[in-house]
Amino acid sequence: MKTYLPNRFIVERDPARCIQCEVCVNQCSFDANYRDADEDEVRSREENCVGCHRCVLFCPTRALNIRRTPLDYRENANWRPEIIEDIIRQAESGGILLTGMGNDKAHPIYWDHLVLNASQVTNPSIDPLREPMELRTYLGRKPDSLTVEPGSLALKTKLAPQVAIEVPILFSALSYGAVSINVHESLARAAAEMGTLFNTGEGGLHRKLYKYGANTICQVASGRFGVHPDYLNVGRILEIKIGQGAKPGIGGHLPGEKVSAEVAATRMIPKGTDALSPAPQHDIYSIEDLAQLISALKEATNYTKPVSVKIAAVHNAAAIASGIARAGADIIALDGIRGSTGAAPKIIRDNVGIPIELAIAAVDTRLRQEGIRNQVSLIAAGGIRNSGDVLKAIALGADAVYIGTAALVALGCTVCQQCHTGKCAWGICTSDLRLTKRINPDIGAQRLVNLLRGWSLEIKEMLGGMGLNAVESLRGNRLHLRGVGLTDTELEILGVKMAGA
Amino acid sequence: MKRVYSKEEVCIACGLCQVHCLVAHSESKDIIKAYKKETPRQPSRIKVQQKGSLSFPLSCRHCEEPWCVYSCLTGALQKDPESGIVTVDAEKCVGCFTCVVACPCSAIIPDFHRKKAVKCDLCPHLETPACVANCPNQALIFTDGATPVGTKVVAETAAGR
Repeated sequence: MKTYLPNRFIVERDPARCIQCEVCVNQCSFDANYRDADEDEVRSREENCVGCHRCVLFCPTRALNIRRTPLDYRENANWRPEIIEDIIRQAESGGILLTGMGNDKAHPIYWDHLVLNASQVTNPSIDPLREPMELRTYLGRKPDSLTVEPGSLALKTKLAPQVAIEVPILFSALSYGAVSINVHESLARAAAEMGTLFNTGEGGLHRKLYKYGANTICQVASGRFGVHPDYLNVGRILEIKIGQGAKPGIGGHLPGEKVSAEVAATRMIPKGTDALSPAPQHDIYSIEDLAQLISALKEATNYTKPVSVKIAAVHNAAAIASGIARAGADIIALDGIRGSTGAAPKIIRDNVGIPIELAIAAVDTRLRQEGIRNQVSLIAAGGIRNSGDVLKAIALGADAVYIGTAALVALGCTVCQQCHTGKCAWGICTSDLRLTKRINPDIGAQRLVNLLRGWSLEIKEMLGGMGLNAVESLRGNRLHLRGVGLTDTELEILGVKMAGA
Repeated sequence: MKRVYSKEEVCIACGLCQVHCLVAHSESKDIIKAYKKETPRQPSRIKVQQKGSLSFPLSCRHCEEPWCVYSCLTGALQKDPESGIVTVDAEKCVGCFTCVVACPCSAIIPDFHRKKAVKCDLCPHLETPACVANCPNQALIFTDGATPVGTKVVAETAAGR
């Protein structure tokens, strides 16, 4: 069938600079650059270009540039080019449209409508270069009250397991199989160096990375891939994955081509078979069922590790979070509508779920109203782009945040949304051995460490400006936030005042 | 002695080592002039070897037992007793290419245009050889071999071969 899809990008090649070295040819995993043998000239097949910029950034003479195709349709606010082309794609394929990364639609980004406070005259700001600043955060269930020995002042209350992280930023679940072992190793090493945690995702943990267990959150998802006693006991936190912000309500499908021998061994499935994660956990149809799995995981690890439950932020997130806390979870992870994925139906990614900002506020408010906020730590995920977003999430009520896309961008990702093709030219979301080598864990870990270090310095500056010397003092402190350009209802749900009020 | 070692588990076969080797051995040391103005071009002294997902760049090993030096008819190839670097003296080279055949690594490149053998000289005019300095994925290392190279943390490389 002849395709009616136009090219998305133009590859501009400056002939005065191109030295015909073919680096663009060997770096493009989508066959958008090639050497024409007859003409002995490097050329481009623009219909294949996905706009990932790999060739542009690797060209030694900077001879390349990628631009959007200037092909315009007649102006129409309703039938926009993306909508027209999705229909064309479906008319030609007859299937569900798949995509990668997070929601790219123009839903309101509340971070951009929230502003932070600073001290002026009446309360002194603190200079983080001169005074200590505390970013350490403890994840886990906190007691309702504390009792101490009268004489020695030793703690009498038995505390639930607590996990200290030195920066309130964790790496989101990225499963081995979806991403390569080199990405996992980069995340693990960076987490270890910065005193934080990375999340295995649902594909288990490669034995080579067990040495980073103290910095690992081991996920237990609906497919139960790679879940065995050693795996549960090596991690610092266990996480039951109920849902994912990019695709609430549906499961996962890792195609058999990505299930290499190593992935298969780690996931405990035959090589080359599809890894299908069911939409629900088939042993969890109620809060009571969830309580059973939480208990089972705690029993299996001798009550030494906090158990987290991750849900996609959906309409009833606050009530569900209350149930999760009452089911015995120590941590609730909330993943908003802008959360990313290695592959999801486009229609679900772009239309299902609620923004994380509203979900954090709603859940924090509900748990406080019920007097159970201390029983769980709250981790926010899905669309955290910079240290400002981190602090706003904490001020809204989160204890810490997960970053996924931001971490991948640090590794080289340009958010070209081709994760589902398995051909990632940056070697991130692929299991093609020629491509996975493109992530060198030595470089990857360094880039991630640099990112976290930069963000934590910025967080300290912002906290100091607010006159705070510990991130704990900001948690749930919505008086440090003001809204701009928001309606009364939005302000009410966020629990913040309008700027000027 | 310090040699150029490759870490095959992170070599992405981009060929930028070859490009920058050529530039480092050009007249102008300018990438565009080296490719577009200088004819015939200098050949690269390093070559990426590739089969399936396995790839690594190969250049002269500066062997302890330099078969190229032993095979050279004119004495153009010499191993410096101090530095250990094997060099070819273009004045003396007659382009018989016996060394090309003798080298067990195929690391000596025949320059057919100039009828000379050329090879890696470890870029004496640079602090770090151009191939190492310009590898985008740190797959090339310039070291005396005291530190381990290629720790093989990546299990898939071996498994997928």
